[in-house]
Amino acid sequence: MNVAQSTLNQVVLAEQTTPPGNKDKGALWDSIFRNTTKFFAILVFCLIFGIMLTLLYGSLPALKTFGFSFITSDAWNPVTVEFGAKVPIVGTLVTSAIAMLIGIPLSFGIALFITELSPKWLKRPLGIAVELLAGVPSIIYGMWGLFVFAPFFADNIQPWINDNMGNLPGIGFLFQGPPMGIGMLTAGLILAIMVVPFIASVMRDVFEIVPAMHKESAYGLGATTWEVVWKVVLPYTKIGVVGGIMLGLGRALGETMAVTFVIGNAHDISTSLMMPGNTISSALANEFTEAVGDVYTSSLITLGLLLFVITFIVLACSKLLLIKLAQKEGKQS
Amino acid sequence: MSFNNQLYFQRRLVNVINLSISMFTVVVALFFLGWILYTLFLNGFHGISAATFTKMTPPPGSAGGLVNAIMGSLLMVSVATLIGTPVGILAGTYLAEFGQTGWLAPATRFINDILLSAPSIVIGLFVYELAVHSVGHFSAWAGAMALALIVLPVVVRTTENMLQLVPSSLREAAAALGAPQWKVVMMISYKAARAGIMTGVLLAIARVFGETAPLLFTALNNQFWSTNMEGPMSSLAVIIFQFAMSPYKDWHDLAWSGALLITLFVLGLNILARSMFKNNSSN
Repeated sequence: MNVAQSTLNQVVLAEQTTPPGNKDKGALWDSIFRNTTKFFAILVFCLIFGIMLTLLYGSLPALKTFGFSFITSDAWNPVTVEFGAKVPIVGTLVTSAIAMLIGIPLSFGIALFITELSPKWLKRPLGIAVELLAGVPSIIYGMWGLFVFAPFFADNIQPWINDNMGNLPGIGFLFQGPPMGIGMLTAGLILAIMVVPFIASVMRDVFEIVPAMHKESAYGLGATTWEVVWKVVLPYTKIGVVGGIMLGLGRALGETMAVTFVIGNAHDISTSLMMPGNTISSALANEFTEAVGDVYTSSLITLGLLLFVITFIVLACSKLLLIKLAQKEGKQS
Repeated sequence: MSFNNQLYFQRRLVNVINLSISMFTVVVALFFLGWILYTLFLNGFHGISAATFTKMTPPPGSAGGLVNAIMGSLLMVSVATLIGTPVGILAGTYLAEFGQTGWLAPATRFINDILLSAPSIVIGLFVYELAVHSVGHFSAWAGAMALALIVLPVVVRTTENMLQLVPSSLREAAAALGAPQWKVVMMISYKAARAGIMTGVLLAIARVFGETAPLLFTALNNQFWSTNMEGPMSSLAVIIFQFAMSPYKDWHDLAWSGALLITLFVLGLNILARSMFKNNSSN
């Protein structure tokens, strides 16, 4: 009889000598505990469908009235009760696009600095500073944007943009407009600062999983730090980097308060980025409590549903990409 | 040879330029953080006095404080934490301790991560439909519920992560002594992960304390002292929004003071949570 067999026998013996009632009680509590936690996990799982179905129910009156042309219509008239989602959707996409254009390089630079250049003692304080940027409530960004950044922008930056970028061939019209401070460009810039911590922290995390051997091999061949980052680190982590970018995009699309303060809440599509506009979330924040009548309220809820569906898709893609990177990582190690 | 030197020089130049840009981006981020904090102190600090914590929000043109808003925020955030934390911890426990097999755990993890970044204004709409529209009036309960839905995914996520950091050998040791699984989780896993889970709860509180969007359609606002959870209630964040958007100078000053208070509280909690976790993990 080998050792394992004898241990097994002892365990069986011990189980037989335990009073049966005691053991059943343990099993009963086990199953109660297990099923309680399972219940709450199911609750979390169902939450997202609950949100979607509830919003869908709330948007039925608007969908019945306007049909699917709601999405493509640019009408927004509470008096004649005509509503369409085109203007807020375009505003949401444009502000988020500006945020991404500026936020991605900014985040990449910060992640690069923290992972490759920073001395060890500086890494932690820098990490905390970036986290604090994420911790500042969005209403603070909004207030700062309205009272401090917008006037500064109007006085110092916008005239320069008008003069120097307004005449660019092809895209000049984007930068022509009165220097008001508020508008799509301001909203996009503030969003860019807000998404930086989210994108930068994902980039930093994925940069750190690159095996040291890959980097050392490149350094050994005489590559510069930049070449290592651009040709070794980035190709290795590109799925994760895109995942981080999508996460930031999801944040930018749904950001409410900061945008509401500085977007100007004008229900127009302008060719100029300097003009005020509207996003889905700012339309909701500004108009929802003042909306009168079923169709008006329901149209706003439909906007919310659209926002939820768009962010759901973006965030789901982000999550899938990050999972894919983690799996690739698991296979190699 | 000279060509090679030129190439070498070019590569070094690109390297130096790009790394300098990288350093510059860090400076830009820190600059904006500094600018925002500086503005808050500059505009908000002089307005904070005893009156801020003892007087009601005033009508335009007269002096007042923020006590009803502070009370409302504390009350709703507390209720939200009391609801969101236990639910979140239990769901997180399932993911970490029982979720090794089956599709439920990975699917819930996926959904939870999406909820974590879902637009908070949509959560507000959801609770509006559920608890305001059906009842017919705005209430602090609805506000607290909306905040709880934002607390929930944060707690689920950190609980799961922290429980997974607990070494399996601890669990196996307890199981080998004959402890049933619920005892293993309660007495071993929770104890080992306590500091981490607390960190998650603190971070969740910090996150909802500054949330404005989900309260706009649920708790609405209230110019008066109210601890009645059935009725509309003011909160610091919504008051800041209302006052900052108004044309009155007095209201702007109060909004700045409120903004400074919220930011100090939120960033303080963030730092506290992180230092707590760091102390524990280094032990």
